[in-house]
Amino acid sequence: MSAPVVPSPRAGGEPPGGEPVLAIDDLTVTLGTRNGPARAVAGVDWSVAPGRTLALVGESGSGKSMTVLAATGLAPRSATVTGRVRLLGRELTTMSETDRRRWRGRHVGFVFQDPMTTLNPVLTVGRQVTEACEEHLGMSRRQARSRAVELLDLVGIPAPERRVDAHPHQFSGGMRQRVVIAMALACEPELLIADEPTTALDVTTQAQIVELVADLRRRLGTAVVWITHDLGVVAGIADTVAVMYGGRIVEQGPVDAVFAAPGHPYTRALLAARPRPGAAGEELAAIPGAPPSPLDLPAGCAFWPRCPVRGDARCAHELPPLVPIAPGHRVRTFYPTTADGGATADPTTADGGATADPTTADGGATAEDRHQLRPEDR
Amino acid sequence: MSTAAVAEIDDLTVWFPSPGGPPVRAVDGVSLTVRAGETLGLVGESGSGKSTTGLALLRLVDPTTGRIRVGGEDVTGWSRRRLRGLRRRVAMVFQDPQASLDPRRTVGASIAEPLVVHRLAGSADARRRRVAELLDLVGLRPETAGRHPHELSGGQRQRVGIARALAGEPDLIVLDEPIASLDLSVQAQILNLLRRLQRDLGLTYLFIAHDLAAVEHLSDRIAVMYLGRIVETGTPTQLWREPAHPYTAALLSAIPVADPRVERDRRRIILSGELPSPTDPPSGCRFRTRCPQARPDCAETDPPAVEVAPGHRAACLYAGEAVRAMRADPPAPVTGGPR
Repeated sequence: MSAPVVPSPRAGGEPPGGEPVLAIDDLTVTLGTRNGPARAVAGVDWSVAPGRTLALVGESGSGKSMTVLAATGLAPRSATVTGRVRLLGRELTTMSETDRRRWRGRHVGFVFQDPMTTLNPVLTVGRQVTEACEEHLGMSRRQARSRAVELLDLVGIPAPERRVDAHPHQFSGGMRQRVVIAMALACEPELLIADEPTTALDVTTQAQIVELVADLRRRLGTAVVWITHDLGVVAGIADTVAVMYGGRIVEQGPVDAVFAAPGHPYTRALLAARPRPGAAGEELAAIPGAPPSPLDLPAGCAFWPRCPVRGDARCAHELPPLVPIAPGHRVRTFYPTTADGGATADPTTADGGATADPTTADGGATAEDRHQLRPEDR
Repeated sequence: MSTAAVAEIDDLTVWFPSPGGPPVRAVDGVSLTVRAGETLGLVGESGSGKSTTGLALLRLVDPTTGRIRVGGEDVTGWSRRRLRGLRRRVAMVFQDPQASLDPRRTVGASIAEPLVVHRLAGSADARRRRVAELLDLVGLRPETAGRHPHELSGGQRQRVGIARALAGEPDLIVLDEPIASLDLSVQAQILNLLRRLQRDLGLTYLFIAHDLAAVEHLSDRIAVMYLGRIVETGTPTQLWREPAHPYTAALLSAIPVADPRVERDRRRIILSGELPSPTDPPSGCRFRTRCPQARPDCAETDPPAVEVAPGHRAACLYAGEAVRAMRADPPAPVTGGPR
């Protein structure tokens, strides 16, 4: 079963049939490590439509970065990747390495946390910005240079005709990240993958980069997958959110629904743990313990050992399925909660069959388990 | 206020020589007082000089000019030998406990080190008891003493860092970005721990961080730094409700809020341009090159800190007024690109 496709009201620029730019289905990544196999990602599916932003949220070890690396064929060699990945309708997992590299290079741009891992310190930024274009679009040197100036201008670098000949060390951190974004956009990719692109930047610079990517997405119709641990950034940029924990998606849905009515105890707890302006001095609703290592994942629900709800013994032994609680909004828990913090009934009691129709599960309280859920009692 | 000052920094400058050029003015005229039992938050972005200020307080960097007093004693000119005593009275918790703990030593040995250096617990037995007590204080089990840092999670390592800072019963703890490298779900644990320890042990903190939300949560007063200077000080409420310096207002408006509805309707003050070089700060007000409300005289006059309300000061010629004007008429968001 594939993920609910984000409805895309945007006109134009879409592949025929409004197909998602990238669709991942049942992706699983196992890493071979010295201490045995580590299941970094398990059964992940989502898709992103043109002009839309999907935020992948999670803490360290949640599998958020590995998901996109594996999907685009960039997982480390020790990784075993299974599942299906379609980029603009073409299946990536069965392509030859050469074809995949070409298809990816033409259609996907990447922005990583540290711009210096992408930039070559000894080349001018102009050369680097267009390096990929020359290869993929068959440009001449001169065309490439004027395209580089255009791109630097697009991402807001002042005096681009002069700066095109500068080297990376002559730019500030925020400006370097703009250069990397220009590089990522050089081949006019349909998809931009941004992995913690603002984590190393100051907040005022972060605000500039967030604004820049939102603006480019609107103007160019690029689909964006933004990987982050910062819920504030997610609230500002995402159309849909997938929250990951222990290698799996635990909650997925439209950004408004996930923030206003988080259905998974983990999402609720994360939102509650943030210091809020004007609430200084209060004890924060901390989550006990630490996120699990992919080497040592609990059986059953990975969040169970830290969960404030702690439904029943089943949570410790059985993996909860991802079930709909509202249209396009799914959670992986036996104890989803509703907007008011109350319990909905376990929509999976009908044993797997109940996941078909989102409307029946939507707040549908056939409440045998209602007593199980208590508000966070801290 | 009558509360005793634990530490006072008076017109501190820290300039670092830079080869073949003018010095880097990391801290350039900072005065602040940390009072007993309070948390003073020091916020600013990279290059603001906040960490250098903290290091100068422990004399881990040497002041170029200015005075530093700890517990009423001028420690500015103290010799290396006397400084050992200072470092019992002022302790530090660093951002990355992985880097600040010796990987080859057990947790117990790391926590006991200040006890040995400052000769605080006589026998090995007394040290062991004290280490167990310190571990208990920070919420770790006694057997953690025998573990090595790599066997612990990031949050546990930071607890060890805090236990080590507590070992010498310091008068002041400088917390330099203590939660910045921790997972979100763990940050709240550490903030709660710091608050509980302060309440139970009567600790005094200088809390240095770039994360305004966390600083606000823990601090009684906040000082905001920009390019080597303090631009505004006040209580968290004063700063959130009515920032008087345009930089504080911009910084606050840049913090993303975890609520998509708020984010959509938000009018953000996006600063244009870049942080000027600390080797050659702008004349007059240092923020004027990026200030949406800069006026001609801002280039002429170095603005002194003026009191805009009791306990609330801002170094802006148009303190209060400029922010009100910005909020009434925010500039179009500047992304720099052509529209």
